[in-house]
Order: sequence, then structure tokens, then C-alpha cells
Amino acid sequence: MAHGPAKGITRWLYTTNHKDIGSMYLWFSLAMFLIGGVFALVIRAELFEPGLQIVDPEFFNQMTTMHGLIMVFGAVMPAFVGLANWMIPLMIGAPDMALPRMNNWSFWILPFAFCMLLSTLFMDGGAPNFGWTFYAPLSTTYAPPSVTFFIFAVHIMGASSIMGAINIVVTILNMRAPGMTMMKMPLFVWTWLITAYLLIAVMPVLAGVVTMMLMDINFGTSFFDAAGGGDPVLFQHVFWFFGHPEVYIMILPAFGIVSAIIPTFARKPLFGYASMVYATSSIAFLSFIVWAHHMFTVGMPVAGELFFMYATMLIAVPTGVKVFNWVSTMFRGSLTFETPMLFSIAFVILFTIGGLSGLMLSIAPADFQYHDTYFVVAHFHYVLVPGAIFSIMAGVYYWLPKWCGNMYNETMGKVHFWLAFIGLNLTFFPMHFVGLAGMPRRIPDYSLQFADFNMIASCGAFLFGAAQLLFVYNVVATIRSKHKATTEVWENPEGLEWTVPSPAPYHTFTVAPPIK
Amino acid sequence: MSNTSEVQRSVTQQVTRLLGVVVAMFVFAIWVLPPLYDVFCDITGLNGKTGGQYQAVNVVVDTSRQVRVQFLATNNEGMPWQFAPEMASIKVHPGEEVEVRYLATNPTGLTMTAQAIPSLVPFKAAEYFHKTECFCFNQQSLNAGESAELPLRFIVDQDIPKQVNTITLSYTLFDVTADIALAQSN
Repeated sequence: MAHGPAKGITRWLYTTNHKDIGSMYLWFSLAMFLIGGVFALVIRAELFEPGLQIVDPEFFNQMTTMHGLIMVFGAVMPAFVGLANWMIPLMIGAPDMALPRMNNWSFWILPFAFCMLLSTLFMDGGAPNFGWTFYAPLSTTYAPPSVTFFIFAVHIMGASSIMGAINIVVTILNMRAPGMTMMKMPLFVWTWLITAYLLIAVMPVLAGVVTMMLMDINFGTSFFDAAGGGDPVLFQHVFWFFGHPEVYIMILPAFGIVSAIIPTFARKPLFGYASMVYATSSIAFLSFIVWAHHMFTVGMPVAGELFFMYATMLIAVPTGVKVFNWVSTMFRGSLTFETPMLFSIAFVILFTIGGLSGLMLSIAPADFQYHDTYFVVAHFHYVLVPGAIFSIMAGVYYWLPKWCGNMYNETMGKVHFWLAFIGLNLTFFPMHFVGLAGMPRRIPDYSLQFADFNMIASCGAFLFGAAQLLFVYNVVATIRSKHKATTEVWENPEGLEWTVPSPAPYHTFTVAPPIK
Repeated sequence: MSNTSEVQRSVTQQVTRLLGVVVAMFVFAIWVLPPLYDVFCDITGLNGKTGGQYQAVNVVVDTSRQVRVQFLATNNEGMPWQFAPEMASIKVHPGEEVEVRYLATNPTGLTMTAQAIPSLVPFKAAEYFHKTECFCFNQQSLNAGESAELPLRFIVDQDIPKQVNTITLSYTLFDVTADIALAQSN
């Protein structure tokens, strides 16, 4: 490996190395995670007590909007793309991604998109304030002038995601080491392959919907304007046609990560590999035909409500297959509870809670009560925080020794886990109760009866936020640590990534490895 | 997968195909989904969208039953016109052609243009409610202080389901003066 990384800043600007790009994605998403987290804490600080204390309602709306956008598009998605960049070539025995130059471009347009989005906070009229779902006409007729920057930011991050997804599909289909058949691929690779197809199918729809907004605002068209013959409900249909597959984009790679970690620490092969692949594909397929369950209250015919209700409930079947497979993998295994395993077990339990509240929401007649309440907020935070975020953290603790060559401090990792776990449940569990009692989401003030639960949630949120500073410390301390990791890092882990030295050399698998 | 040029060709082919999917989905979102949605609403009466102009056909008026049609008028936010139906409701026989009027006044000092958007409940009655003439088919311009009677002629289809006894027709009046100016400047 005579050819090492270039020196200085140009290494990062011009790099086409999948490991460099993966690291940049991960650092970027960590930065966005912290910024989005600060926005969340502004929300929770305001909701600590009833009444208006800290921010005015207009700014509160900007915070809910920006928190959602930053976390979805800035934290979760780039983190998964970063993990894909780092791990997919290592897992399939490829020297790099199939399209390394495009890889560089797809990363480097992201910081510009998010600078543009964040800059709206300092503009006249403020940042977008219409919620991360940006329903028209709130996001068209009544939007602040900065909406145009929001639209272009979404265009750029969409382009980035599409390029990333194309790269991943092409890499997986063409760059596997000889002998690695599709059904021998690690599940992380499988789930990312399916996720990439979802991205390719729906990110253009997101680009389409913001383009229609742009034309309605600036060029006098009336896609979503009733006065000109359009229909605001159309916006919701198009948005959720993108939005529902999007929620699976944020969870399928998590399934892959957990499916890699649990067998290692249960010291048993994954139970039901093939059923995992089929379950993931079924979830991806079903995600295209359930979108209107987000809009049961817009006034759909009963036949429509029933179709979307039953189709949504059907998703519980493949998801249940996965949960039972993870549980069966752990059953009678020689379990140890290192930090990645703790995060993974928490993932299985808490994601199941989130899935079950989703099942409650899917019941159309009951949804009329839950719609736009804190119950919905509790539901999607239970699937996204312990789902997407915990799996990413599990993945970071699991693969960090391979990336930087040093072992993290197990005690610190466990402290981080337990603080995050307690903080998360304190924050989001009470939201179920206030939601069922009727507290609406996205409102800066609330009725006195919700005061106690909201105070608990706010305390939990600050605990969760503080725990993430510990995470940053753990990562930095591990990189600077002198405690070297072995090649295998863990006890008999499965996968090609554990056959290369720790830290993984700049170039790996220039000669395809033999596949057993 | 052994031959590099073969891999290269396969990569190019797949990238082209995937980019094709991206373009197709973008086109689908902007140029296919909205018209498809309109067609879907026309067929199902979804959102209470009523159809376009109807050509009256000779049918036997069903004098055995009556359907009450209620009229509502709403001004969209910021629309200063006075806008109201002449009568709150009317009882009609299915198959009979009826004319009612809405009254509109522009109290401002400016010439303004408005567009009325209909919506009808119950949704399943939408396809049985035919308008032979409606002010909502066109935009309405009123000079400063001017008033107008806006006519609406309709037929309730004689096939309307038995359980529908009341139809509520609502018009929301939108101010489109600025949109027209924008469209003309483009």
C-alpha cells in the first residue's frame, strides 16, 4: 500500500476514497445531529412549563420545522450513507465504491445545502415555519420569503441522496468479490440495497413536490392553490407518496446494522437470514401503498380509509418476522452486553414499542382522535430515536475500533448508553399520555393538565442531550486512545470487514478476497 | 465479474437505467400525479369536487321525492367581497332543472377578480349533482362598488341514492386579482 492519503485539506476536498468519504459523512451527520438537538432543546425548554416563556411562537414554529428537517435529512440519512460508504466495500470485498468521483460530489454538495437551510434562520421573516411536512398552502401562500432557500436546499440534498443511492446500488451489483452471491451478502448490504432503490424511487417525487411549490409561489401556477383549480390535499398525497417510503429509508439500514451486531454478541449465526431479506423487501414494497394513513382526516371515502388501514396493518407482519428473528438469534446464545449490544437490544425493545403505537395509529377510526397530537410525536420519536439513532450509535461503537484502530472505553460507552436510554424514555414515554389526553403537537403553549408530564419530558430531553456530549467525548477519546484494537476486535465476528487489519488500511481488497 | 471492461459496461448500463428511473419519477410527480388525482376525484367525487358544465338531457322528473339542497358561501382569508346565496336552501325534485343566484358585491375602491371554488357533501352525491350553468366556471370581475347576481343552474340526477336527502353545496370565494397580474407579467 505505497499509495497513502494525500496531505492537508485537499485530501478531504478531492478524495475519492470510500473510507474518507464515509468519515466525512459521519462527522457531518454528527454536527447536524448536535445542531438539530439544540433546536429540540429549545422546543423542550419552551414546553418545560405552560405559558410562553423563552421564545415567541413564531420562532417556536421555526424550531419544530428546522429540528425535523435537520434530523431527517441532515443527521439520519447522511449517517446511514456514511456507514454504507465505509462498510459496504469492506463487507463485499470491493476495493472502493463503483463511482468514486460521484461519491465525492454527493458528499460535498451536502454542506452547501445545509448552510443554505440554516442561513434562513437569519433572514427577514425567519426560517421556514410550516413544519417538516411543509403542507401547502402553509408553505406556499403563507410561507416566509425564505421558503425559496428551503426549496433549493431540498433540491440539493435530494440530488445528493440520489447520487449516493445510485452509487450504492451499482457497487453492490457489480463489485462483489467472486463467489459472494446475493444470498451470501451481509444483511446490512441487503437492507442498504433495498433502501437505495427506495431512495431512487421517491427522492425525485420530493424534488417534484418542492418544484411544484416553487412554481406556485413564483410562476403563478396553481398545483396546490384552490383558487386556480388546484387542491391543497393533492400536496399531502404527493408529499406522503414520498414521505412514507422515506420513513423506511430511515429504518431499513438500521435493521441491517442490528442484524450484524446481535449475532456477534449472541455468538450464534443470525436466525432466519433469508426471511430477513424477504421481510425487508416486503416492507419496502408495502411502503408505497400506505401513504394515505398519514392523512386519514382529510375526508377520504370509507373504501380508501379501509384500504390504507389494512395495508398499513399488514406491515406489522414482516416487521414482526424481523423482531422475532432477532429475539430467536439471542435465544440461548452466549450473550455479553458490550455497548453495541446494549444499543441493539434497546433498539429491538423500543422500536417494537414504537411499532405498536404505529399499529394503534393505523386504525383509521381511532386515528381521528390521535391525529396531530403528541401521541404521534411519541410514536415517530420511538421509531426514530431508538430506531435510527440508536442503531447508528450501535454501529459506531461496533465498527469504530475497525475505523480508527483503537478500542473505545467500555465503561464510558455503557454510561453513554444508560444515560441516553433513560433520557430517551423520560422524554418520549410521557408524550403518549399527553397525546392521548389531547395535547396538540407543534404548539408552544399547552393546557395546565399537561404540565407535569411535559416537565418530565423536558428533563429527559436535557439528560438525553447531555448524554450525546459524552458520545462525542467517547469518539474523540477513542481516536486519540493508545489502546489498540485487534484485527477481529470482537470474538469471532462474521464478515469480511474483520479480516482486514485495524485500523483498516487506506486501500483494502485491491485483490478480491476468497469467499468461503 | 472478472473482466474489468465488462464490469465497466455493466456499471454504465445500470447508472443509465437508474438515472432513467429518477427522471421518470420526477416527471411522474409533476406531470402525471396531479392530472391523475383530478381524474380520480372526478370519478369518485373525492373532496366534493363537482364536475364541469353538464348538457341537460330529457329525463322524467321524479316527483315522488324531494332533495334539499343547501347553499353556503365562504370568503377565503382576506377576501373583502360580500358574498352570499339568495336563499339558504331549496327543495328540488330529482331530474328538475333549477336556477338559484348568489349575490356578490365588491365594496372596495379597486377592480377585483374572484374565483369561486365549489365543494359538495356528501361526497357520494357529487357525481349526481349536475351544473348546467355556474359562475364558478369563470372568474368574476367586479369594479369598485359594483354588485352582481351570479347564476347557478343545476339538476339533481334522478338516480341519486335514496339515502341522500340533503346535499350541501359550498362555494369559497378566492381573490385572484394578484395571480392574474402575475400571470400576465410572465
